[in-house]
Amino acid sequence: MITKKYFLYFPRSETEKPLVYHLVKDYDLVINIFRAKVTPDEEGYLILDITGTEENIAQGIAYIKTLNVTVNETVRGLRWDEDKCVSCTNCIVHCPTKALYIADQKTKRIAFDEEKCIECLSCVKNCPFNACTSVF
Amino acid sequence: MKTYDEINKKIESKKAVVLNAEEIIDYVEKKGIETAAKEVDVVTTATFGPMCSSGCFLNFGHSKPKIRITEAWLDDVPVYSGVAAVDVFLGATQLRYNDPANMYYPGDFKFGGGHVIEKLVAGESVQLFGLSYGTDDYPRKEVRTWFTINDLNQAIMVNPRNCYQNYNVAINCSDKPVYSYLGKLKPNMTNATFCSAGQLSPLLNDPLYKTIGIGTRVWLAGAHGHVYAEGTQHSPVCERGENNVPTEGAGTLALTGDMKRMKKEFVRGVSFIGYGVSVALGIGIPIPVLNKDILRHTLIKDRDIFAPVVDYSSDYPNATGNIITKVSYEELRRGTITIEGKEVEVGSLSSYNKALKISEILKDEIKRGDFLISQPIQSLQLDKQMTSLKIINGTKQDINNL
Ligand code: SF4
Ligand code: SF4
Repeated sequence: MITKKYFLYFPRSETEKPLVYHLVKDYDLVINIFRAKVTPDEEGYLILDITGTEENIAQGIAYIKTLNVTVNETVRGLRWDEDKCVSCTNCIVHCPTKALYIADQKTKRIAFDEEKCIECLSCVKNCPFNACTSVF
Repeated sequence: MKTYDEINKKIESKKAVVLNAEEIIDYVEKKGIETAAKEVDVVTTATFGPMCSSGCFLNFGHSKPKIRITEAWLDDVPVYSGVAAVDVFLGATQLRYNDPANMYYPGDFKFGGGHVIEKLVAGESVQLFGLSYGTDDYPRKEVRTWFTINDLNQAIMVNPRNCYQNYNVAINCSDKPVYSYLGKLKPNMTNATFCSAGQLSPLLNDPLYKTIGIGTRVWLAGAHGHVYAEGTQHSPVCERGENNVPTEGAGTLALTGDMKRMKKEFVRGVSFIGYGVSVALGIGIPIPVLNKDILRHTLIKDRDIFAPVVDYSSDYPNATGNIITKVSYEELRRGTITIEGKEVEVGSLSSYNKALKISEILKDEIKRGDFLISQPIQSLQLDKQMTSLKIINGTKQDINNL
């Protein structure tokens, strides 16, 4: 069993398919949704972890792609802009998973480990310098 | 013993020995204070953080026909126009017109004066909307146009209070979140926030204002500005610890500089959830090593600088003056402090990373002969304390009878 994180983008017309239902029922996958914005008649976004056998995940993803949904393994819903970040460290206490962390103790430089980010958006609210933004 | 002139001659001939306030600590440990005082010419100090009492005067030049602006907005942020016809003052904490503020608590405060200042320094276009009642000599009643900083005759930053010598550490002892200018404070003393460059900070390295005074040339976000007055709330009479370093707010500086020469990296609009907007600035101040005494003061370490921990849920808003305890910057920078037996996570609003960078930039400028030091034309007062506002109820008659 492996777990993979995906960023799904739905064009306007594809938001009404019961996609998660099919992933669970037809492909025996465990779904953990981090964040979703799916509104009828609008484009939508879904960020989720999919757990299952490599083969089942591949088949599930292939199924999603037939629905015209854009599947991305590298894009994240949270953007940290290195140029805007001043390394103040205010976000450190608000990030529950330490995805934002002090990369260098001597110079107090901040870095972002996107693998650890659970898209809680706490940093978006708490970064005074607008370095953390949400894609949707 | 050295004089300002001697040091400047060395700077001009590119021979000055310059270290930042962090490096000087090890240097003196190795060489001893006597030798170091002879060898080192300048110690650079720096800070980067939100500084609310900041703003700028802008002059637009005259339109045809002329207008004497009586009300104006820059990117919808109101500016003060109670000065000459096309001069305005833009303040860092001014909210954009129509911002819902804390109506939907806690508000986001996405845009305000600090952000307009950031845009100007970055060279971006800003919209001016101005109104007037019209006069014989200034007949125009309305102006709406776009401009960049290059179109302005002057853009002069004038900051009544920067570089607080030391500062509070904010904590929240209540059971509800507190939204403050030191960020979001979670309930029940879960996190604490500080805002100082500690051992790099200008006035902590010159605690008795021996070299930093009115007229001192400073590095203000890349421009070469100067101290034009003591800062508002300058309050040097306070508790002082090791090396005369204050353990509370204490001294402040009023700074000015040409915004056209500033770098965008060091002028940043900031938004505090539930509180408001402001601007963060990067400032560097050189300390000339005139003698051993001045050098000794620059050796202060984070572990010897203490800041008061204050409850922002009740003691701060009610101005009780109570503090919970004092903690050192060494502990703060480590990321946790222990308060009443509880481990508390620490974040900061100032950036040590940027302060370090500024101390290096200033060091390079001095070494290259591009930044000369200046002797203050007047020292900062040492015998002053902050007064509070008295609230007087009653009529004018009652006051006259007091
Ligand atoms: S709060 Fe924002 S600017 Fe400060 S360290 Fe975190 S991401 Fe960077
Ligand atoms: S979204 Fe949440 S988990 Fe991700 S970096 Fe921001 S605070 Fe951390």
